[in-house]
Amino acid sequence: MPTVNRRDLLGASVIGLGAGLAGMGAGALIERETSAPPAAGPDTAGLNGSRLEPFHGRHQAGVETSPQTHGLFLSLSLRPETDRSGVTRLLRLLTEDAARLTQGRAPLADPEPELAEDPARLTITFGFGRDLVARAGRRHVPDWLAPLPQFGIDRLRPELCRGDLLLQVCSDDPTTVAHAARMLLKDAEAFTRPAWQKAGFRRAYGSDPAGTTARNLFGQVDGTSNPAAGSADFARLVWGETGSGQQFGPRGAPPTDLATDYPDWLVGGTSLVLRDIAMNLDTWDEVDRPGREFSVGRSLSTGAPLTGEHEFDIPDLSATTEAGLKVISPVSHVARSRNVDEPAEQIHRRVYNYHSIPITGEVSEGGMMFASYQASIHRQFLPIQRRLDEADLLNAWTSPIGSTVWAIPPGCDAGDYIGSRLLEA
Amino acid sequence: MRTSRPLFPVISAGLLSIALSTSLAACSSPATSQDTSTPGSTVATTASAAPQLTLTDGWVKATDEDMTSMFGVLTNGTGADIVLESATSESAGMVELHETTTDPSGSSTMRQVEGGFTVPAGGHLALEPGGDHIMLMELREPIEPGGEVAVELVTSTGETIPVTVVAKDYSGAQEDYDMHESEH
Ligand code: HEM
Repeated sequence: MPTVNRRDLLGASVIGLGAGLAGMGAGALIERETSAPPAAGPDTAGLNGSRLEPFHGRHQAGVETSPQTHGLFLSLSLRPETDRSGVTRLLRLLTEDAARLTQGRAPLADPEPELAEDPARLTITFGFGRDLVARAGRRHVPDWLAPLPQFGIDRLRPELCRGDLLLQVCSDDPTTVAHAARMLLKDAEAFTRPAWQKAGFRRAYGSDPAGTTARNLFGQVDGTSNPAAGSADFARLVWGETGSGQQFGPRGAPPTDLATDYPDWLVGGTSLVLRDIAMNLDTWDEVDRPGREFSVGRSLSTGAPLTGEHEFDIPDLSATTEAGLKVISPVSHVARSRNVDEPAEQIHRRVYNYHSIPITGEVSEGGMMFASYQASIHRQFLPIQRRLDEADLLNAWTSPIGSTVWAIPPGCDAGDYIGSRLLEA
Repeated sequence: MRTSRPLFPVISAGLLSIALSTSLAACSSPATSQDTSTPGSTVATTASAAPQLTLTDGWVKATDEDMTSMFGVLTNGTGADIVLESATSESAGMVELHETTTDPSGSSTMRQVEGGFTVPAGGHLALEPGGDHIMLMELREPIEPGGEVAVELVTSTGETIPVTVVAKDYSGAQEDYDMHESEH
């Protein structure tokens, strides 16, 4: 079998190289090779290339979808000459590409169709910026589809705050992401110019059981308090829909009117605030564990609130120590971001870490693409962000460098295209 | 945009849905698909309601030059070979069926195919860059990305099959232009 041969060859050359270079790793390598059970064939445990996420439906995929390992955010600016009919043609082309790619089928005119064969849960999510919506008619633009107000913590770089069309490309396979992005960008080229792009990652598929809350680059368990996919909370908080379930989180039932101001073309969609937040890993290194846990109000090992034992225990923001101090500091990230009295003030965070190794200079550069989905930016995101801006211990190590706001239109059925209700309104 | 007015009427969502459902059906079912929703099935056929010849995954290379090529998968839903003999289009002054041949030195040349494309009974013929394809020449207007081009396929028995294909930016299939230049 060719795969087996290739692997044997590879193993042999690695051992040869190790021995030749230093000799130290070679022994260990050989030992591992010989103690391994004889290869009966290719290792097929955990094969996930053929896994699919549906493309068509009431909502776009990539929002409620359990986050894939790799996420790429492509922000595109419309060319000045791209008018309403151009936007329509663009969205038809990209929708058709996305419908095929996510289902493991090569788009039309794909010179590398084999790269489409392993979608690994590929999702492609479209976000519309203010100017794209305006090209269909200014009256269609919701008032919140605009830059966020300036915050004191912001260190925004203007070039990271642009774009009219967002493509969020997520998959458990990075080659799939690269291929999908290339196919989309080639079709977008006549209508748009790249504004910025950022790739991020989470724990790889298979590293942890599915559903495990991922850790960010600070080592924190991040995402615990998100509304659960498929829950009534999620339906209300993200899609602005009543939902059928009656079970709500500890804060009680969120209101059902968070999206009542949506124009018709956006019903079934949501909003996305995308913040590119630099995380200073070098100064975070200087903080000891108690200090780190204090800044968030949760344990690093389990993600449990400092007032609890398990990850999903409810933080008790009023609990005090014998000395009369709050166990969870009132200026910790959790205390500041969590409003126990207001069930509307919850968001769905679907974040991707990024990390790069500069050629010279700092040890490394890290951060996260903080993707916050919520039905209402005014009633959900902004009150939280304002409080964090006023005070949040975590601000000492984090600074927003990019910020964009997107309308996530509803999904579409087969034969239709994303945004049709806007462009044909 | 290269021209201010749309080149081709933007097809209705309904037509697009037909085109899409056609290609979906063609992908999920074998060659002998009994898909009756294809544009090709509107052709007067003999006893069977099955489409005689259909084109799925059709596309044309967007261009602002005066010629381009069109691709897709031809499927013969009948039990007898079908010969695609010619094609016409409102968008082009001249349409030809071309094949690409590679000589022993590895260089490929294109020429008009003699006798048309034979689509085998119950089988497919892929029209693709570097292979068989349909040349649209003397284009009346540029073909914009995302635009639609209507083409009529004509079989050796004189049946016409109207198809609509989408235009895509594509930097391959350069041999078309080489050939064009060598003609002069
Ligand atoms: C790099 C920046 C950030 C880091 C490292 C970070 C980290 C964390 C961590 C570790 C948690 C606790 C676990 C959890 O519930 O997920 C958390 C919770 C939370 N964060 Fe952040 N966060 C960041 C930025 C933000 C921003 C910009 C916002 C909103 C404007 C935000 C809103 C929240 C909310 C709402 C919660 C849940 C609070 C609750 O209801 O219990 N975070 N974050």
